[in-house]
Amino acid sequence: MIFPPELEARFDKMLKAYPEGRQRSAVIPMLMYAQDAIGMVTPELVQEVARRCGVTALQVDEVVGYYTMLHRKPFGRHHIQVCTNISCMLRGGEELLAHASKRLGIGNREATADGQFSLEEVECIGACSWAPALIDNYEFHHSVTPEKLDQLIDSLQKKAQ
Amino acid sequence: MTDLVNLNIDGKAVKVPQGMLLIEAAKRAGIEIPQFCYYEGLTLQAACRMCLVEIEKAPKLTEACTTPVAEGMVVHTDSPTVATARKTMLEFLLANHPLDCPVCDKGGECELQDMVFRYGVGESRFTEVKYHVDEKQWSPVVFYDGPRCILCYRCVRVCDEGLGVGALGIINRGVVSEIAPNMGDHLECDECGACIDICPVGALTSGAYRYKTRPWEMEHVGTICTHCSNGCKTTLGVRDGAIVRANNRDRSGINGEFLCVKGRYAFDFVEHEERLRSPLMRKGGELEEVSWAEALATVAKKFAEVKERGGKFGVIGSNHTTNEENYYLHKFVRDGLGGENIDHHRTGDVAGLIDALAGRADALATVGDLYTTKAILVIGSDLAQQHPLLSYQIRANKRHHDAHVYVVTPGPVREDNYSVRSVRGGLEAIGPLADALKAEPGLVVLFGDSVKGDAVRQLVAFGDSLGIPVKYVALVDYSNSRGAADVSQAAGLAYEQILSASDLDVFWVVGANPLKDHALGSQNAFVVVQEMFLTETAKRADVVLPASSAYEKTGTVTNVTGEVQRLKAGPKVMGTKSDLEIFGLIQKEMGLNLGIWKPDNVLDEMRKTTRGRLPVAAPESIRSARDTLFTSGSLGRYSKVLNAVMEGPGLIYGLPVSGKSQ
Ligand code: SF4
Ligand code: SF4
Ligand code: SF4
Ligand code: FES
Ligand code: FES
Repeated sequence: MIFPPELEARFDKMLKAYPEGRQRSAVIPMLMYAQDAIGMVTPELVQEVARRCGVTALQVDEVVGYYTMLHRKPFGRHHIQVCTNISCMLRGGEELLAHASKRLGIGNREATADGQFSLEEVECIGACSWAPALIDNYEFHHSVTPEKLDQLIDSLQKKAQ
Repeated sequence: MTDLVNLNIDGKAVKVPQGMLLIEAAKRAGIEIPQFCYYEGLTLQAACRMCLVEIEKAPKLTEACTTPVAEGMVVHTDSPTVATARKTMLEFLLANHPLDCPVCDKGGECELQDMVFRYGVGESRFTEVKYHVDEKQWSPVVFYDGPRCILCYRCVRVCDEGLGVGALGIINRGVVSEIAPNMGDHLECDECGACIDICPVGALTSGAYRYKTRPWEMEHVGTICTHCSNGCKTTLGVRDGAIVRANNRDRSGINGEFLCVKGRYAFDFVEHEERLRSPLMRKGGELEEVSWAEALATVAKKFAEVKERGGKFGVIGSNHTTNEENYYLHKFVRDGLGGENIDHHRTGDVAGLIDALAGRADALATVGDLYTTKAILVIGSDLAQQHPLLSYQIRANKRHHDAHVYVVTPGPVREDNYSVRSVRGGLEAIGPLADALKAEPGLVVLFGDSVKGDAVRQLVAFGDSLGIPVKYVALVDYSNSRGAADVSQAAGLAYEQILSASDLDVFWVVGANPLKDHALGSQNAFVVVQEMFLTETAKRADVVLPASSAYEKTGTVTNVTGEVQRLKAGPKVMGTKSDLEIFGLIQKEMGLNLGIWKPDNVLDEMRKTTRGRLPVAAPESIRSARDTLFTSGSLGRYSKVLNAVMEGPGLIYGLPVSGKSQ
């Protein structure tokens, strides 16, 4: 498998960053970046990461199955992760998730038919002081209300057109 | 010497070496700390929390399995807090556990059962519906029942570290975590069953043993595996005269608890429906069943008559029969028949090595040396396929002592994965390794059948030139190849010559199948064959005498490293006799007096009389049978397990060997 040149360069650097014999440490970052580039973790990607890091495909599969941020199904261009852990739950995180689900017409870890959005319920994302919080891809949104969520979705939809 | 550390466990003063884990220190003091994930010899996991103990001045409970001892440590393993922690951990472990002990293979020898019995609460606060997944079959020998699994990772680690295979992993997270095989829905691996054996519960079960018996209904018979030359001790579980399992959980024997697929599962040839259970005699061109009395009388009469008229005997001995049998057969041929044409298939140049060492017995390595010597040099053998225990020992040496492994083979081998140097080639390729080897404190050299005759002398000269202590192993194939070479004294025709000779009057084969790939030169010879099955050779016989297998015999065998070990009879197969008894009965019938044919008496006699150097075999006649993990000469054909696993017939140097089990 060959990745875009910038990604290849990044992977080269990454593998050299770890001491000789510890290349398996690159499994998670490699999966994350590659997933961003190709939209999901495919079986070929698992094989490729295993090969590059010198581990078995099963060992990569263990990692993919363990971390929820790695997914084997395509997610939307905007992956909305809503926190429902304690602080966020106390301040309306669950309602927020329900609202997002209704507005987008999709459930947890599902994507809209046009591939624009996907939704995921997540545990604490470290933004408790500004609960309830959500992440759109890598961008944090704080003290989110259903209205603010609608606005966010509206603006993202507009941008896409 | 490492420094000793003083600590106190449950009021007992304990003194142990620095760096020792608390759980081991407690064991030394006779205090049991319950454990699931901790397993001596494997990497630490700290996954199960069964071993929590209280250490004074520590803020919370600590895992004894990962905490090294420290000077002045005061540990409590019997406090109420620890008792509660154990109860809670067990309650968690049982939350989704099916508790199907009444039908579980492990029932009666299950570590979870024992722990709950000793430390559990006896009731659970969980009222939720238990999470269930169906049992899966991953290979003819490995089944996985997820709900019983306590996720201790023992199987994952033993496969990766112990076997160097790495076929198992844990997928998913939390309550839905489960063990997964390397090929998604099935396993492609060594099929050794180590994962099943090491599983503390009944999550991994064996295709051979499952649902056949309760553990306490078996008799346990410790004997030696009859397949390859490595000489693993195997404990046969015998029920109603039949073997239902083989393992070595008590770690007795040179192999600890290691067994490969052959030692663990390929005992099934014993009960094979084609097993010969009655003597056969050629009558009107066809082999017909006859009584033992008739068969023995016929053989004795023929032998006596040929001896009388000074006729010629050609005898092929076995690589599987016991030392006592081999010795007795030699004596029979020499003293009883006045013959000298006796030999066997030689699979490695043992005699050549012993000759080259000229009396230096301390230069012969043992299986133990492979675990303790700093450097190992492997020449011309795919150990993981051809010598599974030796390969396992060397891996353990690497993991535990960081051994330096050097490989010189014609193709890729498993040892390449962790060797310091791997060179492709034969003996000529060792020269460049000399400098590195000279810097080692000690070395064991293992060599396969490509090193024979003069090459063995060259190799020993090379070893001498290194200036370090060097020990050797001449690799041979079968369970008693080494023993057969050791008792071989005759100076008559050699193996190939016996087969090719055209003037034999009697051709007598004991436990071998030479006619599989060789024509018999003496078309008119009277052919007597002692065998378990109707092999190519047996089919050619005038009289076939059904022999017992090693699992039905007592006596001794000598493994590849020259370690002499005792066989103990487990099952009984009606209609067969041990080769020793057959010899004894024939000679009695002939009116000879070759001595009592009881294994212990023969061994005594061997001790007193066996002396001197071995006759060196012609190098051309030495060749390995190239058996893999999944083949075992003619015997392998009659093991259904070996024929059922998809990995068979296996690879040597990464290349498929021809044919199914030969
Ligand atoms: S049978 Fe042996 S090689 Fe196969 S998965 Fe189990 S431990 Fe690994
Ligand atoms: S299958 Fe057995 S050995 Fe493997 S993790 Fe589960 S309980 Fe432990
Ligand atoms: S390594 Fe050899 S002796 Fe040991 S179990 Fe396997 S076949 Fe038997
Ligand atoms: S609980 Fe939601 S960010 Fe911490
Ligand atoms: S034995 Fe210590 S955590 Fe499992």
